Amino acid sequence: MTATSPNFDVSTSSSASSALTSKHLKDKLFHWGLYGAAAFVLVLLGAIIVLLFKGGFPALQAFGLGFFVSAEWNPVTEQYGAAVMLYGTLVTSVIAMLLAFPASLGIALFLTEVAPVPMRRTIGTAVQLLAAVPSIIFGMWGFFIVSPLMATWVQPVLQAIFGPIPLIGELFSGAPAGTGILTAGLILALMIMPFITAMFVEIFNSVPPVLKEAAYGIGATTTEVFKAVTVPYGRTALVGAVMLGLGRALGETMAVTFVIGNANRIKASLYAPGASIASTIANEFPEAGPGSMKLHALLELGLALFVISFVVLALARWLVRTRIEG
Amino acid sequence: MTRLERRLLTDRIWRMIATTLAALAIVLLAWILWTVFYRGATALSFSVFTTPTMPPGRHGGLANAIVGTLIQVFLGLIIAAPVGLYAGTYLSELGRGKFADAVRFVNDVLLSAPSILIGLFVYELLVKTTGGFSGFSGAIALAVLILPVVVRATEDMLRLVPGSLREAAFALGATRAQVVTSVLWRAARAGIATGILLAIARAAGETAPLLFTSLGNLSWSFDLTAPMASLPVTIYQYAGSPFDEWVALAWAGALMITVGVLLLNIVSRLVLAPRGKAS
Amino acid sequence: MNIELNGLTSEPLRKSAGRDGAETKISIENLEFFYGDNRALHGIDMAIPERRVTAMIGPSGCGKSTLLRVLNRMYDLYPGQRSTGKVMMDGVDILGSAMPAVRLRNRVGMVFQKPTPFPMSIRDNIAFGIKLNENISKAELDERIEWSLAKAALWDEVKDRLNSAATGLSGGQQQRLCIARTIAVKPEVVLLDEPTSALDPISTARIEELIDELKSEFTIVIVTHNMQQAARCSDMTAFFLLGNLVEYNETTKIFTAPQDSRTQDYITGRFG
Repeated sequence: MTATSPNFDVSTSSSASSALTSKHLKDKLFHWGLYGAAAFVLVLLGAIIVLLFKGGFPALQAFGLGFFVSAEWNPVTEQYGAAVMLYGTLVTSVIAMLLAFPASLGIALFLTEVAPVPMRRTIGTAVQLLAAVPSIIFGMWGFFIVSPLMATWVQPVLQAIFGPIPLIGELFSGAPAGTGILTAGLILALMIMPFITAMFVEIFNSVPPVLKEAAYGIGATTTEVFKAVTVPYGRTALVGAVMLGLGRALGETMAVTFVIGNANRIKASLYAPGASIASTIANEFPEAGPGSMKLHALLELGLALFVISFVVLALARWLVRTRIEG
Repeated sequence: MTRLERRLLTDRIWRMIATTLAALAIVLLAWILWTVFYRGATALSFSVFTTPTMPPGRHGGLANAIVGTLIQVFLGLIIAAPVGLYAGTYLSELGRGKFADAVRFVNDVLLSAPSILIGLFVYELLVKTTGGFSGFSGAIALAVLILPVVVRATEDMLRLVPGSLREAAFALGATRAQVVTSVLWRAARAGIATGILLAIARAAGETAPLLFTSLGNLSWSFDLTAPMASLPVTIYQYAGSPFDEWVALAWAGALMITVGVLLLNIVSRLVLAPRGKAS
Repeated sequence: MNIELNGLTSEPLRKSAGRDGAETKISIENLEFFYGDNRALHGIDMAIPERRVTAMIGPSGCGKSTLLRVLNRMYDLYPGQRSTGKVMMDGVDILGSAMPAVRLRNRVGMVFQKPTPFPMSIRDNIAFGIKLNENISKAELDERIEWSLAKAALWDEVKDRLNSAATGLSGGQQQRLCIARTIAVKPEVVLLDEPTSALDPISTARIEELIDELKSEFTIVIVTHNMQQAARCSDMTAFFLLGNLVEYNETTKIFTAPQDSRTQDYITGRFG
């Protein structure tokens, strides 16, 4: 190239500038690479929504909005409704939250204020490890260990206590089978408890120490400071964390599938077997042939689960963010 | 009892309740681990690692499921990690404005979206269109799970790199690409590695997304276009079976998954520990 | 330098306050304080007079804030921090186990460097401490809230919005709210840890006026970086250096005729 060039000087400067342009070209490509990867994240979620909607659309067309209130799930007559699964998802998640929220609050109080400092890290790590245990392990443990214990010990005792009370007694009626809505809620609670606790601990640790000192400085006790300052200071983020936990509970599949009992009916009793959206999808999918109405119905269930979790997660993220930035 | 005594007593009671709850959580962890270890260890033998799954009565193992999980997780990781690294870098280095906020939000949604929906999505995307379950679509499903974890970890870790380091590199005349690849990624490598380890841990234990994608396979298969076994799916199938032998193998598999996932979590903590102490 | 020194010393000279007539409220005897293995205070002996303002000055890290945090046992919250020696208040060793920290802090209030409004309404901020220890009627509570806010010269500014969030107040108002909250529980001693360092000059002046008014009812101990402030509002001044109490005397004497050359160097701005 230099040989053909009549002017030596020009050629060096052009090669230098070509090095510069290639450097810039690389930089530009890199730039686009970063941008493209970020855009891909958006495209991915878009694709998930589109495909779930497309897959579930025939079911929506066939059953309309009645799909969400009908309790019928009959492959023979090809009539499908989501009421049983919506009910199961909701009730198991509510039980899980009712159990997990106070437990998480207490454990977070222990980990941030009560425990001796050297102990906090160790126990905190243990709780986080509990959050990392795969859900199928919780499911197996729930099915083989917890369910029999529920059937022989917990459920008869609860029945003896609450059974005679009108209305509430209904919740604890029926044969103590071990598996069922209540056990599913319990296992879910155990699963999301470490997850929520870890977030609570982070939130409590972000409360400015001087604010706590100010409350101690007036003569408040540890739990008085916790109640009056720490919790109110982080309340928005705490609600967000609970919502994130709820989002997890709503969509949890394996832990629930093992212990919910898998029955397509709604009963007042919490001992009765039921089904959640996720457990139904996992259970019924193998029997749903490609192109069948059942598959469309399952996809519509999936879409419904997506919408519910999306709303919960969006709300949670919004709450957590406003606190951190505010 | 004076008011002060009552307050101190109330304080003590609440402390005791909190302590009891924390103790229960520890007992719970110990209980789960003990169950998995006890039942898993009694079923575990060398042949579990060398023999593939077999019909009941023929002393099968889990070798094909272990290999299947390794293949799918590894493939999912090499697909998702580069994209996640780039997207996370975008959010940290260029991510201002509405587009970046949207990406961040969507990534958070993907991070917490029910994993079973990822399975349905990949089923619609790949299984239905290619006409069959495959190890490849399983890997893609895991990639979708891994991606948001890597994005988040990369962004968080790059944000911890001090701005002065960026300015120093730019001041030497480096381009954005050079600053990122040779300075920032290097500075944040421990954190990003941690994120990747946690992503692997998450993907390795997932069952639901694989049910509709790689489906499971009762014999050896390295063919990415055919159904492929995986540990979680095999555990799921075996645990619900009426054969004691299969249930025992499910516990053995559960032990492997649990040990693997917990080790990855502990290692990732150790990787980050020196940094935590320094700051 | 000389001119400044003159301006600085002329004001306390006008004050007639001093140790005369004041009883000792807190008597510190051979106090040592440790952060882990580091000794932060060396054998402090000091008598803090009742209903006077005692200022603690000295360069950063000299131990003045540490000493303040001993007086209400705030260090109890942190493991590895411990003290030896005695701090007698009205004849009781407040570091001993006979005095629960919760009880002590009710008698020894503290105001911090930065305003620390609790995440609740203005009214609840004041009521929080009162309700901890007293079972009083709503009317009495309202009365006490008004009294403390008036004492802190904040009543007129907030009386129409007692139920709005305390975090909506300006920095100076927040700090006066914190003072009101502290005196609302009727403590005997009020500790002020650089209470004006985060405030503008006008808010600072208001707080200083307030300190002067409050000393008729409370024993006040103030830590400050600002020597003019110490000279302006205190009766007694203690100068600390590297964890030692170098000099402790009437403020006028410290600022006009310091006995120790290190005190002289510090107040004339030669270091610190």
